[in-house]
Order: sequence, then structure tokens, then C-alpha cells
Amino acid sequence: MTQRITIDPITRLEGHGKIEIFLNAEGDVANTYFQIPELRGFESFCVGRPVEELPLLTNRICGVCPEAHHMAGAKAADAVYHVDPPRTAKNLRELLYSAFFVTDHTTHFYALAGPDFVMGPDAPVAERNILGVIHKVGLEIGGKVIQARKYGHAVIEMIGGRKIHPCTSIPGGLTKGTTEDQRKEILEMGKWAVEFGQFSLKLFNDIVLGNKTYVDLILGDIYTHRTYYMGMVDENNHVNFYDGKVRVVGPDGKEFVKYEPKDYAQHIAEHVEPWTYLKFPYLKGVGWKGFTDGKDSGIYCATPLSRLNAADGMATPLAQAEYERFYSTLGGKPVHQRLATHWARLIELLYAAERWVELASDPETSGPNFHAAPAEIPTEGVGIVEAPRGTLTHHYHTDERGVATKVNLIVGTTNNYAPISMSINKAARSLIQKGTVVTEPMLNMIEMAFRSYDPCFGCATHSLPGQMPLEVTIRNADGEIVEMLKRN
Amino acid sequence: MSAKPKFAMYWAASCGGCEIAVLNIHEKILDVDANFEVVFWPVAMDAKYKDVEQMEDKSILLTLFNGGIRNEENEYIAKLLREKSQILVAFGSCACEGCVPGLANLRDSRQIVQTAFNTVSTDNPKQVYPMTSYDVPEGEIHIPKIYPTLRTLDQVVDVDYYMPGCPPESHQIAAVIDLVIQVLQGKAQLPPKGSFIGVGNSTVCDECERRRNVKAIASFVRIQDRASELDPSLCLLEQGIPCNGPATRSGCRARCPSAGAQCIGCYGPAEGVTDYGARLMSAFASVIDSNSPEEIDRILDGLVDPAGQFYRFNLAGSLLRAGRSAWAKEKV
Repeated sequence: MTQRITIDPITRLEGHGKIEIFLNAEGDVANTYFQIPELRGFESFCVGRPVEELPLLTNRICGVCPEAHHMAGAKAADAVYHVDPPRTAKNLRELLYSAFFVTDHTTHFYALAGPDFVMGPDAPVAERNILGVIHKVGLEIGGKVIQARKYGHAVIEMIGGRKIHPCTSIPGGLTKGTTEDQRKEILEMGKWAVEFGQFSLKLFNDIVLGNKTYVDLILGDIYTHRTYYMGMVDENNHVNFYDGKVRVVGPDGKEFVKYEPKDYAQHIAEHVEPWTYLKFPYLKGVGWKGFTDGKDSGIYCATPLSRLNAADGMATPLAQAEYERFYSTLGGKPVHQRLATHWARLIELLYAAERWVELASDPETSGPNFHAAPAEIPTEGVGIVEAPRGTLTHHYHTDERGVATKVNLIVGTTNNYAPISMSINKAARSLIQKGTVVTEPMLNMIEMAFRSYDPCFGCATHSLPGQMPLEVTIRNADGEIVEMLKRN
Repeated sequence: MSAKPKFAMYWAASCGGCEIAVLNIHEKILDVDANFEVVFWPVAMDAKYKDVEQMEDKSILLTLFNGGIRNEENEYIAKLLREKSQILVAFGSCACEGCVPGLANLRDSRQIVQTAFNTVSTDNPKQVYPMTSYDVPEGEIHIPKIYPTLRTLDQVVDVDYYMPGCPPESHQIAAVIDLVIQVLQGKAQLPPKGSFIGVGNSTVCDECERRRNVKAIASFVRIQDRASELDPSLCLLEQGIPCNGPATRSGCRARCPSAGAQCIGCYGPAEGVTDYGARLMSAFASVIDSNSPEEIDRILDGLVDPAGQFYRFNLAGSLLRAGRSAWAKEKV
């Protein structure tokens, strides 16, 4: 008799998810299914809307990373109008984006993932949260975390008009510029953020790397997968969150492909399974081979760890030093251990803070040319940024008035749906065997497998199927679908 | 056992911005911790549905419920939390009025399925679509059934208070939390049931510092065509930008118009407005500077997306609720 364990809802992530674990008659894990239970329909209902509104509407895909959708949307809208924003506008957008990365990575590390490390994976459920973390580490550190989020949101509001769901990026640039006084204020906050980035890395060093149990957990096989890795890079192949080309490296660390945003559909496709509302992207050049890792499987990962693996380094000095320490400590590139993503995220936090300072130091950032009016007839455009949770692609087609006729979105977490499913499966198989008494901490350790990806299923579930037709599926002995009969 | 009153927060079909807005009350989150026992809040803590199911009815003092009701799971949890909560707040635009995801109500669900699973990057030659029940080799697994339309929270359960905004502004969340704590301490009283809390009782225009001059426009303007030429001190609508301020409830301190962008209407209908879209149409009509039907038609052609303009956040909560095809299925 098959036994079933259900974790519902999975917690300390953004959005909804459910894990089904099936045990066989012997008590071993037969299989796991990581299901996404909701969808909303943005790709459909954004059609018919003016393209300048898409950065505002797609914002509402995710309120945790609305800045990412706002920027990808604005870049796609620039491309639709064939307009290149002036340097001041680009600086301001990337400055907002850098402050956002500091804020978002802080939220994830301290509020979502941190409890597993600071409190421990087997701490009581009621303490395994941000309030528990603050109780344990003290109000002084808790105060720094609050301050980091406060400064980040202050910058987002100054440039983006609002703390959540920014409203100022439009085709060709921004609706407003920034004053010289604001630039100086932003610069001072950025300097504090750099110190906070260094502080967070030291904390990670002391609490996690200084604890052998955690280090063994990170380096162990349970959270390890050898996949392809994706991330955006600048002309020097350094990590860049706002602009550049998308680079993919293989499980061996060698470059597999590097593409311009406009060419994404030549390289990425999305696989469909009937038991979930979310699709599984994969590399077209390798193909979909099921939930398996290695060079022959097109599954790739797009996370902070992936971005570090896919790049040759960081563009700022302090982050570069940490990047080198990361790889020398963990035995060279690429790093496949998924829990190392938490460390990679903090290196990115430091990079974002340094970039914040660089951009705020440029006098052009408070210049008067914040917008270039589009002069060409709108057609089609792709915008890509790195969301904290992975490469974010917005693709819009419009009619000659600039009204959307087709919208395609491949969202940060969606990239990672297959690897997350594999990580959950492996963690479950590693932790639950014949005779195991399944405990709550054990189930939490299965959730830790997805938490390292910082998944955002609010984002991922932007599309919406309605009522489903009745279907009969015929499978072969391997469980593969050979035929589907449908009644509409 | 803690003697503190219990607090819950849940998201249904929403984006997570409401949760971030709560976190953005910064230090005041510690007041929540000091005054409440947080018993359910999936984004921040590990309690599961089964834990809520086991709670006694009305044992949670305050639940902030955000998100619209898009599927059977959303509806189940809305009803469950209604049973378990003394005070249920429709928190944020999605729960109050459907918000942007409510624009899906303009579409037939079949069309939405076909769009989502046949995009340029989707590999789906066999036309596989998600199914609510599915037999995998190990057994049957389920995902929730999605409804033909997105509904607001009060279209599904009884709601005590409404706190609109996409998301509600953090300074107002902080003020509401202060109020609830004062109520707990016997220093204040709750407002009447059905009240809108954490908002103003007038319109965004009344909060906007832009000067209103002559209410007469000869054409509507797309913001990207004129952003750097707009007068930063003059009413955007009077410069031709279709700004939703005149029909939208105050409370946000006119954030978007202050930043040079149109009010998109996320705080929902102003006090006393029955239908947001109808009020906005009337407001736009009143500023058009023409008495010639042909000229008026030409000016109105400048609004390229009337349905989206007038019901961007409020379609699910409006008198219309949905486009004809989706509405017909909802009523079956």
C-alpha cells in the first residue's frame, strides 16, 4: 500500500506550493511531486493594454520583487519603441535596482532562510521565524536588518515613486529625475549598505561556516545537483543584474551559450506537465529529458549561485574578494551544493551595495535628461533583468498604437521549477527510508531544499488556466505519456 | 500558553506586496510581536493548514486577508479563517476589489488557458493542460479547481473591515495596528463594522499638490510621448494624461502623481462611489473641452484601452464584475 505525506502549504517563501511524497510498501520514497496550486492569467489579460502600462500591471505579478517586473517591463517597452533611454535614466533605474537587491536579499536571508540556520532546522515551529531570529541574535542585529530594508525602500521610493510597485519607469526612461540632494542622501545610505553587506557575510561566516554541522549539511550530497547555470553578465562576463547578455554554463563550468535578450526563444523552451499549474523551462539546445541532472539534461538553474557560476567574477572589489573566497573554500567552480546559494546571495548583496555607491557617486545620476521620447513605430521587444530569484524575461508584441497583442513571461522562479522539484525529491529520498519515523524537523529539511532557491511562486503563477477539459491519459510501463484523449 | 490575542495573515490570489507592506512598518513589527501571538502567516512562519483547522472557532482575534478568490483553495481558506477569526479584514486591493488580477475577468477561461500554455516559448505539441485530479503512477494528486472569475473576499464570506490599496501604505498599516493595540488596552473603540480603515474619505485629487487650473483638454496624451515636457506642478489630467485621481479614494498621499506618473486607481472607489468606472468616465467627460460629438469621439479615441483604464483595479468589485463570457460561466 502506498503511503502519502503532504506538506501544505509550504512556508517561508513567496506564493503557494504543496509537496506530495509517496512512500512504497517498504517505506522508501517512491516519488515526490512539487505542485503549484494557483495561476492568475497575466499573459492573457495584459493583451489589449497599452505597453506603457505593462511595467505597472506586471508589477502586480509579484509584490516581493515588483521592481524586477517593473524593470523587465520597462526594458521590453523601450525595445518595443526602439528607444534607448539617456544615461541618467539608466543610472537611476539601475540604482533603484541595486537598492532593491540589497533589500530583497536581506529579506530572504534574515526572514525566510535565516531561521533555518540561526534557529536551526529542528528548532520549534513557533520560533522558526524572523521574530525568533530577532529574539536570538538580539535587537542590535535585528535593528540593522530593519535599517537595511528601510534604506533600500527609501531609495526605491525616491526614484520609483513608491516603496512597493514602483511607477516611474516608462518607455524611454523615467517620469521624473532625482535632485542633487537626493543623490547625496542615496550615496550616504549606500555606504551604510556596503558595511551591512560586509556585516552579513561576517555573520554567515560565524554562524554557519563556523558550525561544522551546517558546513556538513551544505557540502553533503543531500542538497547537491549538477545542472546548467544561467545568469546575466556584462561585457567582462561579470555578474550584472540590470543589463547585459544571458550566459549559460554547463555542469562542468564551461560556457554553453551566451545570448542577447531578443534571442531568448531560440534557447529556452517550457515543458508542460498536467499535474501542476506551472511550466518547466529547459535549454532547447539540450532538450527536456525529465527530472534528471547532468550534461545531457536541459534543466538549468537561475539563482544567486547560478549567477556566480555563470560569470567570471564580480564587477566590484569587495564582492570580488568574497567571490574568490567562496570558490576557494568550496573547492572551485562551479559549486553544485544548493545550500551554498545562501552564501552566494550575501556576496550579491555586497555587490549590489557597492554598485549602489558607484551609481550614486556619478553626478550624471541627478542630471536633467531622464527621458527620451520614442520616435519610432512600436513593434516587438524583449526585456531581461536578473530578478533576485533568477533571470526574468518579458516579451511584448504590440500593434502600431503600442497596444499589447501578445505577452510572454518567463519569470525568475519558473526557471528553477525543475531543479527545485529535483532537490525536494533528493532531500526526501535522503531523509526518509525504510523504517524512518517521519518527524516535523525532517519535513522542514525537505522544505529547506526549496528555500535555498528563494522561490517566488507569486511570480511564477502569473498565467491562468481556467476549467479543464476531461482527459484520459495512456502511459507506457515507464510512466511516460503515450496518448491523451480529451473531452472539451 | 500565551495569553496574548492571536493574529493571522494570509494571501489568496495576490502578489505578496501586502506582506512586504506589513514588513515595511519596520520597528513596529516588534509591537505586533509584543502584543499578539502570530499563529498563522505562511510567508513568515511554519504553521500549516491543519494547524488552523484544529483551532477553536473565533480563537484568532485579527486576520488580515489579502488576495482575491481565484480558486477552490482560496475559497476554502477564506471560509476557514472566517470561522476562526473574530475580526476579518479584507486587506489590500485584491481582497477589497479584485485588483489587477481581476482584469482576467474580461477573458473567457478557455482563452486564458490557451494563451498561457501556447506562448512562443512553450513546448506543448500534445496540448497538455493542468488537470485538477491526475493519476500519477503512485496515486492520484490534486490541484485546486480554478473558478471562471476572480471574486472579492466579501463576495465569498462576511467581512468586518476593508483596508484598500495596492498595497496599503505602510504608515497606514502602522496606524491601524496602533489603533488595534489601543482597543486591546481599552483606550479606543473599534469603528463600525463595514468601515474602510487606514484610508482617507476623499479623493486622490484632494491629496495631490498639483495645481488645478482650467478643466479643459483637447486630447489625451500617452505619457511616453511627453514625459519630460510636462509641467511638474500642474494637474496631470489637465495636461491630457489620463489620471484616475478624481474617482480614487485618498490615503496614499498621491504618490504616483507626485512622482510624475498618473494615478492608476489602486486605492479603489472614493467614499460614496457606487461604481468606480462609471464615476471615472463621468470625471473624464467633464474635462473634455468640446461640444461637438465628432470632436469628442476623436478625443476619446486617445484612450486606447477604456476597459483597462476605467476598471484597472476594480473590475471584480464593480457592478459589472466580469466580461460577458466569464460572467456567464460564473453564473452557471
